Amino acid sequence: MSSATVERHDAAPSDTPILALDGVGKSYGNVHALRGVSLKVRQGEVTCVLGDNGAGKSTLIKIISGLHEHTDGTMTLDGAECRFPSPRAAQASGIATVYQDLALAPLMSVWRNFFLGNELRKGPFRTLDIARMKQICDEELAKMGIIIPDLDRPVGGLSGGQRQCIAIARAIYFGARVIILDEPTAALGVKQSGVVLRYIVKARDAGLGVIFITHNPHHAHLVGNHFVILKLGRVVLDAHRDELTLEQLTTEMAGGEELAELSHELRGVDPGKVVAPAEVEHGQVEAPARPDEEEPSA
Amino acid sequence: MTATATEPGRAGAARDDRVASRSLAARLLSRPEVGSLIGAIVIFLLFMAVAVPFRNIANVGTILYGASTIGIMAVPVALLMIGGEFDLSAGVAATTSGLSASLIAWNLGLNVWVGVVLALVVSVAVGAFNGWLLFKTGLPSFLVTLGTFFILQGVNLGVTRLLTGNVATADISDMDGFGSAQKVFGSEFALGPVTVKITVIYWIVLTLVAAHVLLRTRAGNWIFAVGGDAAAARAVGVPVKATKIGLFMAVGFCAWLSGMHLLFQFNTVQSGEGVGKEFIFIIAAVIGGCLLTGGYGSVVGASIGALIFGMTQLGINYAGWNPDWFKTFLGVMLVLATVVNVYVKMKADRR
Repeated sequence: MSSATVERHDAAPSDTPILALDGVGKSYGNVHALRGVSLKVRQGEVTCVLGDNGAGKSTLIKIISGLHEHTDGTMTLDGAECRFPSPRAAQASGIATVYQDLALAPLMSVWRNFFLGNELRKGPFRTLDIARMKQICDEELAKMGIIIPDLDRPVGGLSGGQRQCIAIARAIYFGARVIILDEPTAALGVKQSGVVLRYIVKARDAGLGVIFITHNPHHAHLVGNHFVILKLGRVVLDAHRDELTLEQLTTEMAGGEELAELSHELRGVDPGKVVAPAEVEHGQVEAPARPDEEEPSA
Repeated sequence: MTATATEPGRAGAARDDRVASRSLAARLLSRPEVGSLIGAIVIFLLFMAVAVPFRNIANVGTILYGASTIGIMAVPVALLMIGGEFDLSAGVAATTSGLSASLIAWNLGLNVWVGVVLALVVSVAVGAFNGWLLFKTGLPSFLVTLGTFFILQGVNLGVTRLLTGNVATADISDMDGFGSAQKVFGSEFALGPVTVKITVIYWIVLTLVAAHVLLRTRAGNWIFAVGGDAAAARAVGVPVKATKIGLFMAVGFCAWLSGMHLLFQFNTVQSGEGVGKEFIFIIAAVIGGCLLTGGYGSVVGASIGALIFGMTQLGINYAGWNPDWFKTFLGVMLVLATVVNVYVKMKADRR
């Protein structure tokens, strides 16, 4: 994978963060999905948020993008405390988001999805400028390397990767100051992941603040300036790129000794072994032996 | 971002050779209103063949009138269905509107136009209430509007009997303003051999305006989006609540138009009127290609659905068939139309 463009964190971006979270928490009833999270997003930097499933990554971005309101702590935008009551409010502040699970309306055409919520209009009756929207949509998608022959097709018929690319192209096109990407590479193949990572770099170079959420430390380390690792709703690591190697990041992300344990455990699986074919009764596949039980509950 | 020439993706990437471009016919066939258009042509030819009076040009006005009374409501109901919601109270809401205008004007001794305007307020408020209750309770609109349906049905009967001691409103044809209001809501004019009711004009205008809004404006884009995936729509900044409540209010507005026609056509309104009409509107919308699950459909299709309804209603009469079977015919049509819609869409999407 490309690593040619990632070594330029020395550009000294402005020191005041565009967006800062201080002790932000979110509770759903008695479930504390996020607790005391502090985070600074600067323009011209890529801030990576890493974490395993259920670490609170999605909750965090839903707060920043206005889908949920936080229940504790403060969020400041340009130094002033703010709350986003709706995604529209977040967008008005220049924050665009690619969601992992909320992407596109499946029965709507490609160009309608691309401009949804940001429709271009013309003339005295404010009718849709369809020709221009189709043209821009076509150009933006071509830049991402996907060609969709008929932009009038409903997106439901496209592949998961194509749909993800449309969502990313849309956020990059409309993101004015901050772009949030929630696991953008999760559904993509190697080649398209590369395109997305290079787009993240491009967005940074254009001076945007990028929040890149992933559980792939390799992808994060290729592009990130700043790394935040979440675990069970708390920040467990907050480090600049200078303070961290890929190995450290991977280890931290996987929870250190857990990974060592796993590799130790898997040493005994005897890869390459072939056994005689057999038919198995329902429920007869044994669970793997677990040397230790759950981690201590927080 | 548009100026960056050195993009990472291959801008001129070769087209995916697995995707062949689609023929014009396939693209036409994948439009939502095609099924209803085919249905309308079949029904038209059928009754042209079997019913002699159907061929009489003067009867075109009668057929169109029947279609227009359904179409005026089928158009907003189709928009609402595309927006992902139902309104089962649409039929009785029209009666509520007519009753309101008549009762207000008669009991307070006001100019009929005051009643007409207040009825508009009532109707739009009923629509807004439906939308508000939908979001307040989080229940499916089927349940919410089923509740409104029964509430309004009871209110229609109860209030009418309370105020008039009767189940119908008093004749208001001698009151101030009736003449001018009747011109607006219940008049007709001759177009060659055809007598055209004014509702036909309203129906056509509504269809054109709604089709334009749906396909050529931002609001239309939002309607498709909130019906297709409300959560995704909200996430990209579409005001989902406002869009849906607006759609319910549009149904309210058309219920008012429909109710005013009821009132000024017959001078009085029966309080039990309108029950069962809501399903006719939904049938017209479904025949016109609207998906029950929302996010897809056509206003023009719904109007063609209303036309099919008008042709069938009178065609059965003209053909001398037993009209008892009309509803059965309608049910068969509904199922057939839906099957044809799904089939045609599937075929066309594959090509």
